[in-house]
Amino acid sequence: MMEPVVFGLVSAAGVLSALAVVAWGNLVHCVLWLALVLLDTAIAFVILDAPFLGVIQVMLYAGGVVTLMLFAIMLTRRGGGVALRNESDPMRRGPALVISGGLFGLMAWAILGSKSLATSSANIQPNAKALALTFLTEDVLAFEVLSILLLAATVGAIVIARRRDFGGPEPVRFRKEPRP
Amino acid sequence: MTMAAYLSFGAALFCIGIYGALTRRTAIGILLSIEVMANAVNVNFATFARYSGSAHTQLFAVFVMALTVAEVAVGLALVILLYRAVSHTNIDEVRSLRH
Repeated sequence: MMEPVVFGLVSAAGVLSALAVVAWGNLVHCVLWLALVLLDTAIAFVILDAPFLGVIQVMLYAGGVVTLMLFAIMLTRRGGGVALRNESDPMRRGPALVISGGLFGLMAWAILGSKSLATSSANIQPNAKALALTFLTEDVLAFEVLSILLLAATVGAIVIARRRDFGGPEPVRFRKEPRP
Repeated sequence: MTMAAYLSFGAALFCIGIYGALTRRTAIGILLSIEVMANAVNVNFATFARYSGSAHTQLFAVFVMALTVAEVAVGLALVILLYRAVSHTNIDEVRSLRH
């Protein structure tokens, strides 16, 4: 019975901070708004009976991804401190609003029009133990694919961002182009 | 709570993310919008997991999380490489691959 109240608060805060992520003018503030979206999603996972997902959401995203984003911002700024601008193109706002609004209307029409979704009630609750059992028995292929994916991403990120002065083969380079 | 409420929340987050990915000019701004979209997808997966009662569906959410984190690592490496080459991260002005 607490669930509708918590869900109402979480969804309102989540949608508002997601709007701030896409509309705020300061890039560092955008990342902090994103952290709020991620924490809201973590709470949503907890009320959806997926506490394990909520915990790794906080660890991976709110802890890791946000820090990584802030690092990347600090490494790619030309002065200006934290007052880095994150502007959206005014020419593209109208079409983007039409596309995203139209898609939302279509999805809302499909979701709210479905009778089975409106009457469905929570089923048996999957827990962390069940998740671990599936991950290591039936769906072990997904686990292995994930480990290879993470290894490839790590190697790829190092190779792409590496500078020449660390030795080894020639690093990936963009062709220099004149500033417009 | 019905499933429709959670799915609507996910749909709203996803569409906000699409709006951001289409309008932003800086590469990191676009990456932030993609994060919002990935989270919306995860909310949907968690919802379907709860209402189908299957742990397999939650596994999809774990998979998407790991994929997104890998994407962020590679994406930010590309942003840093781009910054080294052209001294800005405004992707509208990057024309190396255009004829």
